[in-house]
Amino acid sequence: MWDGGNAKRYLGKGGGNVKEEANVETGLIEALDARREYKYGFTTDIESDVFAKGLSEDVVRAISAKKEEPDWLLQFRLEAYRKWIKMPQPDWAQLRIEPIDFNDISYYSSPKSKKKLGSLEDVPQEIRDTFDKLGISLQEQKRISNVAVDAVFDSVSVATTHKRRLLEAGVIFCSISEAVKEYPELVKKYLGSVVPPGDNFYAALNSAVFSDGSFVYVPPNTIPPMELSTYFRINTEGTGQFERTLIICAEKSQVSYIEGCTAPQFDTNQLHAAIVELVAMDDASIKYSTVQNWYPGDPETGKGGIYNFVVKRGKCAGRNSKISWTQIETGSAITWKYPSCILQGDGSTGEFYSVALTTGRQQADTGTKMIHIGKNTRSLIIAKGIAADRASNAYRGLVKMLPGASGARNYTQCDSLLIGDKSSAHTFPYIEVANPTAQVEHEASTSKINEEQLFYLQQRGVSREQAISAVINGFCKEVFNHLPMEFSVEARKLLALKLENSVA
Amino acid sequence: MLEIKDLWVALNGTQILKGVSLTVGRGEIHSVMGPNGSGKSTLSRALAGHPSLEIISGSILFDGKNLLEMAAEERARAGLFLAYQYPVEIPGLGNSEFLRMAYNAKRVAEGKEELDAMEFEDILDEKMGLLGMDSKFRERGVNEGFSGGEKKKNEILQMAVLDPKLAILDEIDSGLDIDALKVVAEGVNSLMTKDKSLILITHYQRLLDYIRPDYVHVLSDGRIVKSGGPELAHSLEAEGYDAISAGAVR
Repeated sequence: MWDGGNAKRYLGKGGGNVKEEANVETGLIEALDARREYKYGFTTDIESDVFAKGLSEDVVRAISAKKEEPDWLLQFRLEAYRKWIKMPQPDWAQLRIEPIDFNDISYYSSPKSKKKLGSLEDVPQEIRDTFDKLGISLQEQKRISNVAVDAVFDSVSVATTHKRRLLEAGVIFCSISEAVKEYPELVKKYLGSVVPPGDNFYAALNSAVFSDGSFVYVPPNTIPPMELSTYFRINTEGTGQFERTLIICAEKSQVSYIEGCTAPQFDTNQLHAAIVELVAMDDASIKYSTVQNWYPGDPETGKGGIYNFVVKRGKCAGRNSKISWTQIETGSAITWKYPSCILQGDGSTGEFYSVALTTGRQQADTGTKMIHIGKNTRSLIIAKGIAADRASNAYRGLVKMLPGASGARNYTQCDSLLIGDKSSAHTFPYIEVANPTAQVEHEASTSKINEEQLFYLQQRGVSREQAISAVINGFCKEVFNHLPMEFSVEARKLLALKLENSVA
Repeated sequence: MLEIKDLWVALNGTQILKGVSLTVGRGEIHSVMGPNGSGKSTLSRALAGHPSLEIISGSILFDGKNLLEMAAEERARAGLFLAYQYPVEIPGLGNSEFLRMAYNAKRVAEGKEELDAMEFEDILDEKMGLLGMDSKFRERGVNEGFSGGEKKKNEILQMAVLDPKLAILDEIDSGLDIDALKVVAEGVNSLMTKDKSLILITHYQRLLDYIRPDYVHVLSDGRIVKSGGPELAHSLEAEGYDAISAGAVR
């Protein structure tokens, strides 16, 4: 347990760095190449309206025009763009990033359709088939009835299911483009209120060029009749995906929102730079879950894959509000994100549950920021990092207690599991405490997948693959338990599948 | 049931077992005794198929099958069970989930249908009742935070659920007080039938007051230097390993 003084001393070193290289008996690890397949690597052949590569003020204006946006939003974009061109690319993460040529990216790609996109009935067959193949049915009657889905394909939302049923309960769930047209006051009030356009390099980029994403508004005293979700699919090579999600949960309301993502297998890196903003009013609760499975690149050469550089931040604006992030990060060549909570309302709670799995040549630098502003605010961080093959995995987290955060508490637990002798794990905790009554607790561990555990299970008749999966699932249990039931099952399967080839 | 012939086993290049031969018949209880470092645990791990051990030469037949050609999980499914001296903790993996996983692996190997969680609960209830185990063992992580005695009981619970043909109990008595030892021994005795075999690996004679062996073998420096009936355990207790081993060499 740290008091303020200890924390400051700790911080004086600029955050800790626990680095351990795995060293497991060579018998444990054998890279198997045969079945290293990314299930979602296919491309959909559909004619698309793709902007020429390159970024300029004209491109920003063109995106805005394409979306028939009001002038205030164009100005919002332009202001962000002007900030962005003056900003340097950040390089502080524990990541090796190939230089990104921002003029070699197309900033808008939309499937061509005779009819207007966004209506459930008029989704082109190819896209319907694509989502079917991904296990996401856009037919409302076939959908698992307790999940509504907004399907985003490249730069546009192609359909949102169960809109009507949700609206009957007063819940708005639609693409952000539609929200700009239908609910401009809400969007204008909250867009950029949690992540300002000039917040950081990628936030500024997204604010300038974001093309679509999801919008949720839950009115006071309401619990939506189903879970809400968005499925992001990148399809076209050479494009970036810059989506924007905004969720507002009013007084005494609750919402559970889930996002999933996949992309085809290309040799070139693709940039995914999203912003997610959450706002929770008095006694409101937002649960945001992510299962991220973007194409990770070639496991041997590291070629291709998604750069997943995302800014996710929630504001607990009201008293006793709560925001809970759960993320299962298994894909992407590079994952660089810190879903965070600004705990402004007195008695508000922020949670972060994370599993980050890196295999092959994947890299992850992920964690959270818990900013305690209000009195008696609470935060809980449970982060599990797993690195196999030649992958690296870093946890980076900031817990900040401001002067007004009397009686605030934080507990952080971050555990790393290493598989093989070429993987690495790092932990960078930053703790800043400016209130003497605030308490911060941090626990960290690094371990190797243990041959004795596997042998113990095998001696009971369990196959080696099943034993590995059981040990990993046990390691991640506290996080999986916070996912909605069916996604928890999916996440377990996904992890087992990804690790199948890493532990021979 | 089990026929070990001239087994030579090395660990990290060091020869540990130097020609062990041992035959265990159906329904028999054998005790392998020996001082620390004599190779007792290596023998049990070699039987279970631990990957770190190198089998230099010799043969092991189990129920007519060549054990050395089988992977650890195949040996387990064929009915060989090893109760650990130091049971391993697997945090987060629920004990009942683990037991069902192991139980179903065996059923599938026998060509039977897997049991779902509800069906398995009945079996688990019965076995836990038999061993007088608290239901808290059900949902806790496998051996996670268990006391020494609880871990040993949990080993016997696994034995009860998996119902092996041959169980090897590796120092099941170590770290147990006399009450816990009695409970564990009673549990083991209740599982024994005339077609089940047992190998008790132990340092002390104490355990053999509760589980009566038919045969006792003394292992010293990787060899079985003396075999006899239960009375051999008593003379070991009286005279010590050195005297017995020296006598055998002479």
